[in-house]
Amino acid sequence: MTESSVILPLAGGVMIGVAALILLAFNGRVMGVSGIWSGLIRWSDGPGWRLAFVLGSITAPLGLALLGRPGDVQIETTAPMLIVAGLLVGFGSALGAGCTSGHGICGMSRFSPRSIVATLVFMAVAIVTVFLVRHVG
Amino acid sequence: MTLLVAAFAGLLFGTGLTISGMVNPAVVLGFLDLTGNWNPALLFVMIGALAVAVPGYQLLKGRRPFLAETQSIPSRSDIDVPLLLGAAIFGVGWGLAGICPGPALTMLAIKPTSASLFIISMSAGMLGALWVGRSISGSAK
Repeated sequence: MTESSVILPLAGGVMIGVAALILLAFNGRVMGVSGIWSGLIRWSDGPGWRLAFVLGSITAPLGLALLGRPGDVQIETTAPMLIVAGLLVGFGSALGAGCTSGHGICGMSRFSPRSIVATLVFMAVAIVTVFLVRHVG
Repeated sequence: MTLLVAAFAGLLFGTGLTISGMVNPAVVLGFLDLTGNWNPALLFVMIGALAVAVPGYQLLKGRRPFLAETQSIPSRSDIDVPLLLGAAIFGVGWGLAGICPGPALTMLAIKPTSASLFIISMSAGMLGALWVGRSISGSAK
């Protein structure tokens, strides 16, 4: 039970939950990042709140770095594999209408059957994928 | 005002992703790797997030937002093929790199090159899915 293995993940999770509630309580919006981003790049109704949310989330690690807590990011994936993964994540989240934040947190929180099923499916498939890549491939 | 609220929510979301370790693909892959050196961090993030969001969502159910006319919440409840197929494809991509859309954006300031590469391909994938969706619904008419 160290700070970084339990307390920080719990505290970060609470922040993510509060962020989702703020967006719902004030703006009546679901905090689904794949939907926010695809709405932004399609420019469906101008930049608006989606751009504001994205800018806020991009700025966050900069603020934390100023406070002496820069985020650690280790990427061992090769560039071609990053491109493949990005294409699949984008295609899948648009087709399945959600990702970890939209289905996994917001949808699960309102007990949406679609989101519960989607979350179980992508968790299971991701676990199998990691197993195949790390222990079989 | 809605913009300010959205920016604050984004800031809080990004801060949560960063301090929890979710912005780090190595931590996410460590969680997904059940048979390896398992890292439970993502489980605690989900517990923390759902502990707040579940009661909050139930409390706010049907309430009029402070700054909007209505809640814009998906109303569908049917489990269809695009949902299952999309979630499965998403799962493969997530398992390959350990990156999903939220962390991809948040890591932009920390690892600009890798993050940009991922975000550009993710955007292409999204537009591709929308194009495929339109073609299918177009040919069905």
